[in-house]
Parts: sequence; C-alpha cells; structure tokens
Amino acid sequence: MNRPVHFWIGVTLLAAFHVTVLFAGFFAPYDFSVQNREMPFAAPTRLHFVDAQGKFHLRPFVYVALESNGAGGPQREETRQAIPIRFFVRADASEIPGRTASWHLFGVDKPARIFLFGTDSFGRDQFSRFLYGGRISIVAGWLAAGLSLALGALIGSLSGFYGKALDQILMRGGELFLALPWLYLLFAVRAFLPLQITPARAFLLVVAVIGLVGWARPARLVRGVVLSAKERNFVLAARGFGASDFYLLRRHILPQVSGVLLTQAALLVPQFILAEVTLSFLGLGVGEPAPSWGNMLASLQEYHVLASYWWMYLPAAALIPLFLGYQLLADALHERTRLVVV
Amino acid sequence: MFSLTALVLGAMLTAGTPASAGPQAPREELLTTASEIGVMGGRLVVSLLAEPKTLNPVLAVDQVSRDVIRCLHADLIHINRLSQRTEPALAKSWKVSPDGRRYTLQLRSGLRFSDGHALDADDVVFTFQVYQDEKINSPQRDLLIIGGQPIRVEKVDATTVRFELAQPYAAAERIFDSLAVLPRHLLEKPYQEGKFSQAWALNTEPGQLAGLGPFRVREYVPGQRLVLERNPHYWKQDRKGNRLPYLNEVEFLIVPNQDAQVIRFQGGDTDVLDRISAENYNVLEREQAQRGYRLYDLGPGLEFNFLFFNLDDLSAKQLPDIARKQSWFRDVRFRQAVSAAIDRQGIVRLVYGGRGTPLWGPVTPGNRLWLNAAIPKPPRSLEHARELLKSAGFSWKSDGTLTDSQGQTVEFTIISSSSNAERLKMATIIQDDLKQLGMNVQVVPLEFRAQLDRVLKTFDYEASVMRLASGDADPTPEMNVWESNGSTHLWNLGQPHASTPWEARLDQLMERQLTTLKYEARKKLYDEVQKLVAENLPLIPLASGNILVGGKDALGNFRPAILDPYTLWNVEELYLRPRGSGQKGGKSAP
Repeated sequence: MNRPVHFWIGVTLLAAFHVTVLFAGFFAPYDFSVQNREMPFAAPTRLHFVDAQGKFHLRPFVYVALESNGAGGPQREETRQAIPIRFFVRADASEIPGRTASWHLFGVDKPARIFLFGTDSFGRDQFSRFLYGGRISIVAGWLAAGLSLALGALIGSLSGFYGKALDQILMRGGELFLALPWLYLLFAVRAFLPLQITPARAFLLVVAVIGLVGWARPARLVRGVVLSAKERNFVLAARGFGASDFYLLRRHILPQVSGVLLTQAALLVPQFILAEVTLSFLGLGVGEPAPSWGNMLASLQEYHVLASYWWMYLPAAALIPLFLGYQLLADALHERTRLVVV
Repeated sequence: MFSLTALVLGAMLTAGTPASAGPQAPREELLTTASEIGVMGGRLVVSLLAEPKTLNPVLAVDQVSRDVIRCLHADLIHINRLSQRTEPALAKSWKVSPDGRRYTLQLRSGLRFSDGHALDADDVVFTFQVYQDEKINSPQRDLLIIGGQPIRVEKVDATTVRFELAQPYAAAERIFDSLAVLPRHLLEKPYQEGKFSQAWALNTEPGQLAGLGPFRVREYVPGQRLVLERNPHYWKQDRKGNRLPYLNEVEFLIVPNQDAQVIRFQGGDTDVLDRISAENYNVLEREQAQRGYRLYDLGPGLEFNFLFFNLDDLSAKQLPDIARKQSWFRDVRFRQAVSAAIDRQGIVRLVYGGRGTPLWGPVTPGNRLWLNAAIPKPPRSLEHARELLKSAGFSWKSDGTLTDSQGQTVEFTIISSSSNAERLKMATIIQDDLKQLGMNVQVVPLEFRAQLDRVLKTFDYEASVMRLASGDADPTPEMNVWESNGSTHLWNLGQPHASTPWEARLDQLMERQLTTLKYEARKKLYDEVQKLVAENLPLIPLASGNILVGGKDALGNFRPAILDPYTLWNVEELYLRPRGSGQKGGKSAP
C-alpha cells in the first residue's frame, strides 16, 4: 500500500524513540538514581575530537570535568588526559546494591563521566534520567490511552447502536466529563488518596485517573461512526437474516470503527503523555528518586534553574520530536480513514 | 529628584516635633545611637512573602506579621542583633536584686506613642498583664512563666516599674526583647470587653494603631502593600541630634513567592532581600556589580535542620506498623548508624551550594556564645554504620537489603514539607545514603500543616525532617524542646515523666541552667545538653544554611545580622544615600 512520506517519518521517529526509551537500561550510561554529589548542575559533557595538542581522534573522547561550582558557568576540564568513549561496556555492579551488572551502549572510564544532558541538582545524569523517565511517561500515556479508548469504544458503540434513552444518558454523562476541568479533577482525586504510596502505585493511579477522565471524546466519535454504520445496507441485510446485536457489532460495525480508534490513539497517546508530564510537574505523579519527564521538568519552576542552567530544558526540547512523530502519524492515519470511509 | 523633596520634608518633621511636645512636657530622654550619620527622607521598599495575619504584637505568630510589627513597636530591653547581647531600649537602665529575682526598670521620660499620647509605667503594667493573660494565650506567654508562675509587675512611679520573678532566672533580661509595650489608652477597652483578640487586625484604621517603634501604619491595600510612615515621636537620635528614623516611609510589597521576590530585587523594585536561598544567591551574585546591589553571606545562622524518628508512645493509637518499627528507632545504635551514614558535606554542597555548615550537635556555630565546640565531628562512615547495625542485631540479605533480627526488611518513610525545597532535598539525599546501608526509605512531601499535624497530634509518621530556628542565641527558648514534657519535645511528646535516663538528665540540666545566673556555669550545663543530644541523637543534626541577604548599594547603615530580623533590625538607622554621592558599598559592610 502506498503511504505518504510523513507517515514513514512519523513511524521512524516514534520507533527510534520508543526503542531507546523502552531499553533505557541499555542506552542510558548510568542508573537514574546515582548521585554525583561533587557535580550538581554540571553542564553537558563536551565531546572532543581534537585534543589539547591539536591532534585529531576519530573516536570521540572526553576530559575529566573539574568540580562544578554550582553557578552555571562553563565547565572547566582537566585537559591532560583524553578519555575515549567506549561502546558496549559492562557496567560496574558494585555501585548500586541489589542491582546486577548490565551492558550499556556507551560509557567512559572513571574518573571521567559522560553526561550528555548535564546533571541535575543532585548530580544525577540527566540523559539517563530522561530515558528512564520516558519509560514511565510513555507507558503511562499508552496505558491511559488504551484504557480511555476501550471505555470510549464500549460506551460509544452501546450508545450509537441502541440509541434512545441509553444514548441520552451516556452522552450527557460524557458531556459532563468533557465540561469538567480535568486538571482540577485530577488534583481533587489525588488529594483524596493516601499520600504514602509506593512509586508503582502512584504510577498506576496516575494512569487510571488520566484514562478514566479521557473516555468522553473517543466515545462521541465512535458513537457517530456506529450511528452511520448501523444504517448501511449490508448491516441492515445482516439484521434481516436474523443476526444478533453482538454479531452485528463484532462483525460489521466495530471493524469500521477501528480506523477512528487508531487515529484517536495517535492523538491521545501524546496528549496523555503530556497529562502525565503535567501531573508530575505539579508534584502529583511519581515521586523522587524515580524520574519521569514531568518531575524532571519540575525543577524549572525554580528561578535559579531557569536563569542559570540551560541544559535543564533539554528534556522538554527532546519531547518535540516525539510529539511531532505522533502528529505525523495521526495525520497520515486520518487521511487514510477518510479515504476508506468516504 | 525625590531625595530633595524628601530632605525638605524630613527637616520639617524634625523641626515640628519639639513644638508639639508642649512646654510642660518632661524633657525627652532620647537614646543616642553610635551609627553613621545619615540623610533624612526616602522610602525603603521591602517584599513580604504573604500578607501579615495581624498587626497585634501579642498575638502574632507568623514570620511576616512579626517582621512588620517589629517596625511598629519597641521593647524595654533589646537584644542587639549584631552583638547578640542586651542593651537599653525604652528602659534606660535597670537594677537587679542580689538574689536575681527582682528587676527594677527605669523608663526614659517624656516618651510618646506614635499618636502623640505620653508613655507611662501604667502602659508597661498593662502590657505584661495582657501578655501573661491565659485567655489571650500569647505565643510569648510560655517564656514569661518562670518557676510555674507569672512575673509580678508593679508600678513604682511614672517612669519606674518593678518586675518580680518567682525564682532567679538567668535569661531574664532577654525576655523583654520583642515584647511590644502597648498603648493602654487604645487597647484597654477591647481588653476589658474581651475583644482583644480581634483588636488591631490588618484592616484597623491607622488612627487606632499606635506604638513606640520607628514607624507607624499609613496605608494598607489588601493583597498589595502595607505602607508605614515615619513616627515623629520616635525615641532615638543620631550623634548630631537628628531624630530617627531617617527614612520617611517603609513600603512592604506583598510578593507571595520567593523567586518573584528575587526577580523584584534583581530588577531594583525592592531595596532589601532577606532569606535568599543559596541557588538564588548565586544567580544574584553574578550581576551585583552592574545592578547596584550587594549580597552578604553572613555565615551560619541559628537554624538547625534535623532528621528524627517517631519515638512517641503509641499504645493509645491504632498504628501497629509504626509501633513495630519503633523497636528499631528506639535503639540508639540504629539512630547512630543512620547518623553515621548521612553525608553531611554532600547536604551542604547540594542543598546550600556550599554556603552552609554540617552539624553534629544541636547548636550551630552561629551561636557564638553557646556552641559546645568539643562535640566530635566524625566523617561519614558506612563501615561504622554497618558495624553499629550488626551489633544491634540487624543483618543483610543476599541482595543487600537490611533486615532486623525477626527477618523484617528495614523500610520506612520520611515526611517533609513540600513547600520547603531545601529540606525535601535533604530527605532525598538521606534516602540515597541509607539505600547504601540496605534500608528502603521513601520520601513523602506533605503540606507543612499536614506534616505538623502528624508529628504533633496524630503521631502517624515514621521519620521526619524538620528544623528549629531559635529567635535568640540563648538556651532558654529551647526549654520546650529538650524538656521531656515540653510542647516541642518532637520525638516523644506528652511524656508523663522522662522515659529514658538521658532524657531525665536533659530535664535536670535544662532546669538548672534556667536558674543559674553565672554564664560560665550555665555554659557548662548547656554543653552537657548538647553532648547528650549528639550522643543519643533524638534529633539527628544535619546542616545549617548560611544567612544570605542582599541590600542596595545606596543603603547606609546596612548591617545585616544572623539574628532574626536579619536586615531590618536597625531600620531606624537605615538611610538612602543620595544618588551620585560616590559612596559605593561604603562602610556599611559588617
């Protein structure tokens, strides 16, 4: 089948993003919780090709960064010894008790460190945290989207197929949900729940809250498709042959809904990722030391971070290709469904 | 431009005062300050983090209200914030009876409240009646109950007041500090009618307010600002005989966010900034030359941050989980192991950007007169921590998790105030430190009130990071922390009698220092208190941040101190140098 170019761009971006994030343990050079207390707010490590003697190296190398002064100035480096970046390294397991040794895509020998995105206020590697944090944010987005699409498909098809009073009740209920200021609702829900919960539970909670709030829009879309689909000739014919409601829904109607659901998924996933980011940004999502994109960006609420450390914006900047990917995909899917339906 | 008009206005005001005093009025006994001679006029703009809750000095509990009230009122004997010692204020002199129980204070004569009404010894008697009234329940009342009894206050004549204490009291002079002398003519009526607690709310007409401080209220715009104007009857003068304060106005802008306060200061909207965080200090410091302000790192203050475990008696509460974990918390070796594992240098570096001091005892180096310098300062040692845990019957699973003698894994939560980034960060660092001992620790940020509620009332917590900030460099305000029945004996509240021998000893020591009059003897007692706390670690000391403040270059007589209020304690002496006077920076540096 012929797909538009932007579909392939979108898919490539997304695939690259998801693979790196899902295999964060391999792509990230460090564990997300390792603190380098002598280097809070260290600027991103510079990758060099030309050393102090002016000699060119094919393999990029780094220098040992000198202790950062925390004031956000340029990072000073110890330029006597060039430390090359090595690929496929086996990490030292002794650093973190209770964790087994693992393979990493790249790394440098001690005492040098490689911080592609700099470090945060605890001296933790931002790049590693970004990848691990993406796991939480993306998975939360997917799960929440799945939850709200499932709910939306169920409620929308029931509403569209049976119509009448059921339709009225479900759709007015959905409008109520649409009218709710969801952010405040999330605040309220979070406030009701116990504060002392484990990160895993906090994560599931965030997913549930986001997913349960977001079902109304897909439900309305699905209902529209079902409404028109159930009047189609082949559906009417099947009904005339005595097909049951369940059979009609499963065999003839839901397949037509799938295109809409797919497009919705491509739109909802980034929206829900953003919802998770917002919640964590406001301190309602997963807590320290587990990273999520939201709680990484939360430090930007502080003026000194905003004013002094540009690399703290990198997680936000890195989100742009992800959302672009989803938009391109949604666009392409939308065009395709339009072609099919019309 | 503005300085010229201000000058004229200032001159008029000083000229006007003696005439209005009248011919029969007794000669005013003004206090002459030793500070640099300033220039009259101008307005000082300061930001406040919130609206003051009240203008009533007897009832104010919040920092913001107190900051404002300090500019409006005066006390009898004052603690000099720079020298940390007492000095005469409204009382020009005082005599102490040989048994240390009777204080006779001589007031300055001819003094007037800011509304022009004369000050009399009756006002002082009234003031103490209100402060000590059980029904009013002033936060300062506790300090005035000595030996279980209130202070007896008696008027001798119009300018002499006698105070009688139930027992000798070492810090007696210091309790007068910050007790505002109240105008009886304005407050007696509401007091008699039982409406004192509503008196002097923020929206009170300025005409109904009066005090003996350098300023009086001129205007209040809700949610925006509170403007104070010069009190023409103030009782201090400089060496040239100019009546203080120099400034015409002090404007408090309500800027409800620390970062916004920093930006306002950086932009030149405000003249003084208190309580700067180390991070913001670094941001501001970079531009201090161009922007015309100067920052001061005053070194360690009196703030003491600590971690503590719940040792409360939980038999009456339904908290079986916490009660079970208390068998660890009660073991001093467990607490010592935790203390040994904490990276205090790391805390100073990460939380205070190096502008702080690690602590091993409950008194900071800022408290020069009382610090016990002999308390050992062992460096962080995980090996030592592991030894301590081993000797207390703990062991490690193969994956490194710590378990107790019953095989239960060691995990607990630390609660911390979500509004305080510094302590939250400390908790996160501790979490990471203790992970290396195999303890599974979680940090739970709670709204500050919720945290207090758990610590003080419900006892539903396992560990908590908090701070104590004493307003004064003296052991006495800490009575309620170290005494086993004290209201802030945080780790084990409401004990009928001391539950451990060392707490009994703390009780004894604190009681004795209270009535010992000689500094050296008191110091010895208080040194032992510090030693006991450092050994038994009911509060595990962490670190203390430096006091960081900033002020415009143009401010004269700006001498910030580490005692609260850091910058405005000498607000009457502050002045604005006229532009272009060339005195950049000047002699104002401490």
